[in-house]
Amino acid sequence: MNRQNYMKVEFTSRSENEAFARVAVSAFITQLDPTLEELEDVKTAVSEAVTNAIIHGYENEDGVIYVACTLNGQTASITVEDHGKGIPDVKLAMEPLYTSKPELERSGMGFTMMQTFMDSLDVQTTFGKGTTVTMTKTFQSSPADL
Amino acid sequence: MNVQCRREGLCLIVSITGELDHHTCESARHIIDDEYNQQGALHIIFDFHKIDFMDSSGIGLIMGRYKKASLLGGQVILTHISPQLDRIFSLSGLYKILKKAPDIPSALGLL
Repeated sequence: MNRQNYMKVEFTSRSENEAFARVAVSAFITQLDPTLEELEDVKTAVSEAVTNAIIHGYENEDGVIYVACTLNGQTASITVEDHGKGIPDVKLAMEPLYTSKPELERSGMGFTMMQTFMDSLDVQTTFGKGTTVTMTKTFQSSPADL
Repeated sequence: MNVQCRREGLCLIVSITGELDHHTCESARHIIDDEYNQQGALHIIFDFHKIDFMDSSGIGLIMGRYKKASLLGGQVILTHISPQLDRIFSLSGLYKILKKAPDIPSALGLL
C-alpha cells in the first residue's frame, strides 16, 4: 500500500539558499532510491525554479520561498512557490533562450531545463501576487523495501 | 565554489571546483574577468573536472565569457565534461558556437 509522504521548507529569497533548497529536496527523495542521474535532474530543476523566484519573483528583495515535495509511490511532486511579482507572459517566459534580464547574463534556459529534466511542469502565476511552479518526476528504480 | 586560473600561452585555463549556480556565478564571473584582463589572455579553456553541480546560470556565465573573448578574436573551449554537463550544454545549444575537448592538452591542440 502506498502512503503519501510530504515535506515543506520555507526560506528567505536569498541566492545563498539555492544550494539549501536543492539539497533539501534531493535528501527527501533519496528514499525513492533514485539513480544518480535522476537525482541530478531534480537538483537542477529545483535550482532553476528557486533561482527564478529570487531573481524574477522577488527581484532580489527579501521575500519567502516555499518548497514542498510529496512522494506518492515512485513519483515525486515538487512545488516552488513565491509571493512575488508574478510573470506577465508565461508563454514568452517559457520560450528557450528568452530572458527578461539579459543584463544579468541569464541564459533564458531555466524553464527548458525544468521541462527537460522533469516529467511534467505546470506554472500558475498571477501578476502582482506570485508564482507556483509544480514539477513531477517518476523514478525508475524501486525502493528495496517495497 | 572555487575558481583557479592559470595562463598557458595565449590561454587562460579556468578550473572550477564545487557548485556553479546563480549564487556562486557572481563571484566566479568577477574572478574570471579579472584574471582574463590582468593576464592579457586571448582564449579561455574551462576545466570542469572538479565541478559537482551546474544549472543554467553556468550557461549564462560561459556565454558571457564567450562574448568577451570573441570580441577580441579569442575562442572558448570546454573540457572534462561529465554526462550531466553534456546534457545541459547540448540542451542549451552551446556546442553550436563552442568547441569541447576531453582534456586541456587536446583543447590547446585545437587552437
